[in-house]
Amino acid sequence: MDEIQSLMHGFAVALTPTNLGLMFTGVILGVIIGVLPGLGGANGVAILLPLTFSMAQTPGGQTSAIILLSCIYWGALFGGAITSILFNIPGEPWSVATTFDGYPLAQKGRAGSALTAAFTSSFVGALIAVIVVTFLSPIVASFALEFGPPEFFAVYLLTFCAFIGMSKEPPFKTLAAMMTGFALAAVGSDPVTGTLRFTFGSVYLLNGFDFLIAVIGLFGIGEILLTLEEGLAFKGASARINLGVVLETWKELPRYWLTSLRAAAVGCFMGIVPGGATPASFMSYGVARRFSKNGDKFGTGEVEGVVAPETAAHAAGTSALLPMLTLGVPGSPTAAVLLGGLLIWGLQPGPLLFVEQKDFVWGLIASMYLGNIAGLIVVLTCVPLFAAILRIPFSVIAPVIVVICAIGAYTVHNSIFDVWMMIAFGVLGYLFKKLHYPLAPMVLAIVLGDRAESSFRQAMLMSQGELSILFSNGLVGGITGLALALLLWPLASWLWRRARGD
Amino acid sequence: MATESQDTPESLQDRRSAFSTKTAELAVAGLFFLFGAIIVFDSVRLGASWAEDGPQTGYFPFYLGIIICLSSLINAARGLTLSGPRNRPFVEVGQLRLVLSVLIPSAVFVGAVGWLGIYVSAIVYIAVFMRWLGKYAWWKLILVAFGVSIVFYLIFEIWFKVPLPKGPIEAWLGLD
Repeated sequence: MDEIQSLMHGFAVALTPTNLGLMFTGVILGVIIGVLPGLGGANGVAILLPLTFSMAQTPGGQTSAIILLSCIYWGALFGGAITSILFNIPGEPWSVATTFDGYPLAQKGRAGSALTAAFTSSFVGALIAVIVVTFLSPIVASFALEFGPPEFFAVYLLTFCAFIGMSKEPPFKTLAAMMTGFALAAVGSDPVTGTLRFTFGSVYLLNGFDFLIAVIGLFGIGEILLTLEEGLAFKGASARINLGVVLETWKELPRYWLTSLRAAAVGCFMGIVPGGATPASFMSYGVARRFSKNGDKFGTGEVEGVVAPETAAHAAGTSALLPMLTLGVPGSPTAAVLLGGLLIWGLQPGPLLFVEQKDFVWGLIASMYLGNIAGLIVVLTCVPLFAAILRIPFSVIAPVIVVICAIGAYTVHNSIFDVWMMIAFGVLGYLFKKLHYPLAPMVLAIVLGDRAESSFRQAMLMSQGELSILFSNGLVGGITGLALALLLWPLASWLWRRARGD
Repeated sequence: MATESQDTPESLQDRRSAFSTKTAELAVAGLFFLFGAIIVFDSVRLGASWAEDGPQTGYFPFYLGIIICLSSLINAARGLTLSGPRNRPFVEVGQLRLVLSVLIPSAVFVGAVGWLGIYVSAIVYIAVFMRWLGKYAWWKLILVAFGVSIVFYLIFEIWFKVPLPKGPIEAWLGLD
């Protein structure tokens, strides 16, 4: 069992006082970010990423930096549940399904058990996903060591076709948003030849569009504008968790073990294939409702209806790191921001990471176990504190969040032009969200654009411009075939519905 | 639109549609088309074909631009079919007013950062925002606005040593 040995080594890396401190800091910041409107996993990590630039220069600092940032992500995953249950406002898109039964439970005065159930099942989902990551990622990585440019391009193709095939949004809107992301990534200098393109003589565009600015604008400013439409006041149930409620809920939870397992399986699958946490939570809620004995009572305040989406969301969020580490293809927007961080710190995500940066990889995986334990402790003990943050009126919190976003955008390149870009992306984010243009594939495309283009051009050079290289052997042909099948899935299901006449 | 009897004329005014979803769909599809067209145009200028040493700079983006243009045309066509109840208001007048009341001060704030620095701009921005939308007492504004700026100063300049833009007032105080 090489993995166990590597993992133990990882625990030795992660269990230093500094790293433990960063873990708790990250989780607490993450929960606050998850609770606040306008700040979420993706843009929270994006805003704090510049603070790690100097940290990553020190020896072992890259591991500390990824521990801090990934713990913010775990914290944000936990935090989303608090607002859903107490305020009926999903703090994160993946906690929308948690509101269906979480808020009715809170209205019945059972907020404590709803929160305990949500946190515990988040933890269980994450734990199962981390175990999957521990044992599956070395296999995927060693497999991917054989990949050449055509295989990598096929994997990128698969990622992006999966978005079109599995997204709930109209396929042509997904396509437009995604290609715009690639085109934004292409602005600046050509990754292969260095020729300038699409800059139209502007110095500001020389370095292209930074994905961090796009993420802060699209998710941060855009989200604030959307929240505002709903008005300025939040009304919510009060929260208190005491040991009695926790123990009582824990006694009830083992009853739903089958629901949890199903939800974790859905979550891991959706996280590894880039579906993301949000569809995973909805899908898992739907599956649980169909299979549960109390399915018809779902929506009126069933603990099981909180367990299912939370387990799936956290499992998907966690397992999204697997393709990021092993293939360099992130499974969620937040994983994309983490991948961008790795690139900035000078690490090359992909299979070689498992060979060359063992300390980093296994330190991160070990910290995923520890960070989720830290997360569970923090959220169970500090819920009233986090709920109090939500009682701060929006007219105070909104300008503060805008200032935080502006600082985050500025610190990426120390440029005020970037802050203007952030505002522009904010307006776009608001329009896109309201018109159902998906943001996740756009962000992934901005992050992966240069790498996808390089691998495509290298593949084309190998084959002298023949697209048939994408089918040249069983492996690359299989991945490409799967990608095309996913791409054509919406068309096939549309034709099927037409043929049946409804 | 279903309205309740206790609606005042003012709130009825607020519930009016500022833009329809159709207008918004067409406008955004138009933006996408324009962007795609710019990419195609510049790709062709740079060369979007196959040279002796491999694909040219515009080779990959050229196809991106084409796909953006085609899909925006399809999205626009789908937008045109919206009618009747499916053509819901994209944003109501009252909502638009709230959104602009955040967007415009934020833009002014970003403009001010260039010459006042981020700390002073943040104090003014937070105070004005709280006064305007929250109607808070003066002492509360001052407490929150100064408090937030001082906390950011401590975190960024002292703790993480990340310099943020500063203006004449910081220079005068000797904090630069």
